[in-house]
Amino acid sequence: MGAMEKAASYRFDLTRYAWVRRLLTSRWPQFILRAVTLAGFMLVILTGFIGSPVGSRNFAVMFVWIAWWSALKLIMLPFGGRVWCSICPIPMPGEWLQQGWLVKPGGKKFNLGLRWPRRLRNTWLQSAGFAAIGLFSALALTTPVVTAWIFVGLIIVAVVVSVVFEQRSFCRYLCPMGGFIGLYATMAPLELRPQPDLTSVEKGAAVREWPRGCPWINNPAALKANANCGLCLECLRTESGESMALNARSFDAELGQPGAFRLDEAFLSLGLLGSVMIYSAVFQGPWGALKNAALYAGSPAWWGFAAFFLLTSFGLLPALLAGVSALVRRTGNLGQPLQMVFTRFSRALLPLGLLSWIAFTVSFAFGKMAYLWPVLSDPFGWGWNLFGTAAVEWQPYLLNATPVIEAVLLVAGLIWSGRTVLKTAGQLGVRGERRWAAAPVLLFALAGTLILLWLLIG
Amino acid sequence: MTPTKIISALAKPILGLTLAILALSAPLPLPPTQPVERYFRVEASQFAYSPGVLQVNPGDQVTIDLVATDVVHGIYIDSYELQASADPGQTARLTFIADQAGLFRFRCLVPCGQLHPFMLGKLQVGPNLIFLRAVLLSLLGLLWVLWKKPLPTASI
Repeated sequence: MGAMEKAASYRFDLTRYAWVRRLLTSRWPQFILRAVTLAGFMLVILTGFIGSPVGSRNFAVMFVWIAWWSALKLIMLPFGGRVWCSICPIPMPGEWLQQGWLVKPGGKKFNLGLRWPRRLRNTWLQSAGFAAIGLFSALALTTPVVTAWIFVGLIIVAVVVSVVFEQRSFCRYLCPMGGFIGLYATMAPLELRPQPDLTSVEKGAAVREWPRGCPWINNPAALKANANCGLCLECLRTESGESMALNARSFDAELGQPGAFRLDEAFLSLGLLGSVMIYSAVFQGPWGALKNAALYAGSPAWWGFAAFFLLTSFGLLPALLAGVSALVRRTGNLGQPLQMVFTRFSRALLPLGLLSWIAFTVSFAFGKMAYLWPVLSDPFGWGWNLFGTAAVEWQPYLLNATPVIEAVLLVAGLIWSGRTVLKTAGQLGVRGERRWAAAPVLLFALAGTLILLWLLIG
Repeated sequence: MTPTKIISALAKPILGLTLAILALSAPLPLPPTQPVERYFRVEASQFAYSPGVLQVNPGDQVTIDLVATDVVHGIYIDSYELQASADPGQTARLTFIADQAGLFRFRCLVPCGQLHPFMLGKLQVGPNLIFLRAVLLSLLGLLWVLWKKPLPTASI
């Protein structure tokens, strides 16, 4: 085992320190953070409905799409995985009704407790939700009231789902952001897992404690992947909580190991890669016709844009990867079914997807960040000057550095994905000396990288 | 794992990152070109410039006539920090020497509608070296991945 592989398998238990465990097992710090984010999102809804209709002068648009969305992709997701989900306020009202409590157990519960339909226990609905937001992205990013309606809609759906279905079914199966975050959390250097030396007795105790799974409907004692663990930390707060640990790990710790990947996850992975290409073209490209087509929802041009968006992200890219997977299967003499080869290679392309989103955010956020300062002082766009920043003039930040950062991120994503593609090919049965058989998938990744390079810095 | 081993495991990625940044940003002497005068009439309408990409050589004297065709529009050229704005039907002129090489975005400076923050164009002064280097780096990176020792395999 080389140094890199040793590092990949390395875990550091953060909860070995008593103060860390105390901090995480107390519900108060998490509740306070959630209360703060809830207040922020309430202000988003309020400013969205009654504030200035000019996006760049309204807190709703600037906070959600420039501050929160950028912080999520640049910091929270790559370094903390689902850490946002642990402080997300969207399920709070529904959770309160469902559990009868927000901080400590107790109180009257309003919940039918139905299990989520078996056929929908996947990410198809999350893909559909993410695509729907993508289709209206130009409108949402520039129109405060649309941003407000998106959040009101998410809260209403979360409440209804929480009252009808068990636990956090909304977060696990419906939240469009949850699908995006969960998929890329695979590469986060943070994980909640059972202690490695857990005895079968201790595993049994955890199962008895969570007969129908934790709030995220997992058996904590059997957690192996980040995708469906929302870091709600409830498993740490039970009697068998000592058997769970919050580990720091390498970025490649999970992705470098063989792991199952379903067809719905493969489509979400490719859909997200296609989406970031289209977002880059719409928001960073010089093409006015494309911008107008994306903006004027319902117009004939918008229908063309919608068809292009959906066919590229969920049709063309999966079809191309299926084609190259078939080629690898044939040239590598693989016995596995095509679907398995296709889904495993989709998983191997996750680093390229994540780093493409980060590169797109870098291209986007630093140019727009200066719009934040005026809206902090004047969130409604009514002429206030609460913190003395209302008159700060717009100017783009880090102009000379951003193209280099974007290029490094995309090339790093390609190399990371390339390594994972070869590792996956080996796991599928391609012998080391025949690793050239994986070249079609590498060319697919290269083509994606070159398109993004052209869109962002070309 | 000891700190020494962690450092040795991180050494390769850090070295690779440093080399990549150097390869992308190190200055490169370009063959000199004869400076000429360049004139562009750029029509601005919601939410695009036409033409959207302007190509000149380093040292050229560039004149841009910005014509706003619908509402008030502006132009701000990144790094050059030059700006102008034009009322509907009017023309605003920018004249400058293209003394910085590379690819620069220009943006609308005056709020002109919903997609105003995304109204962008590109000024390319000389070859777009960062893009070309990034393409080369991608190819080299992929070849390095392919050529290095086969990765250990495990069962599915």
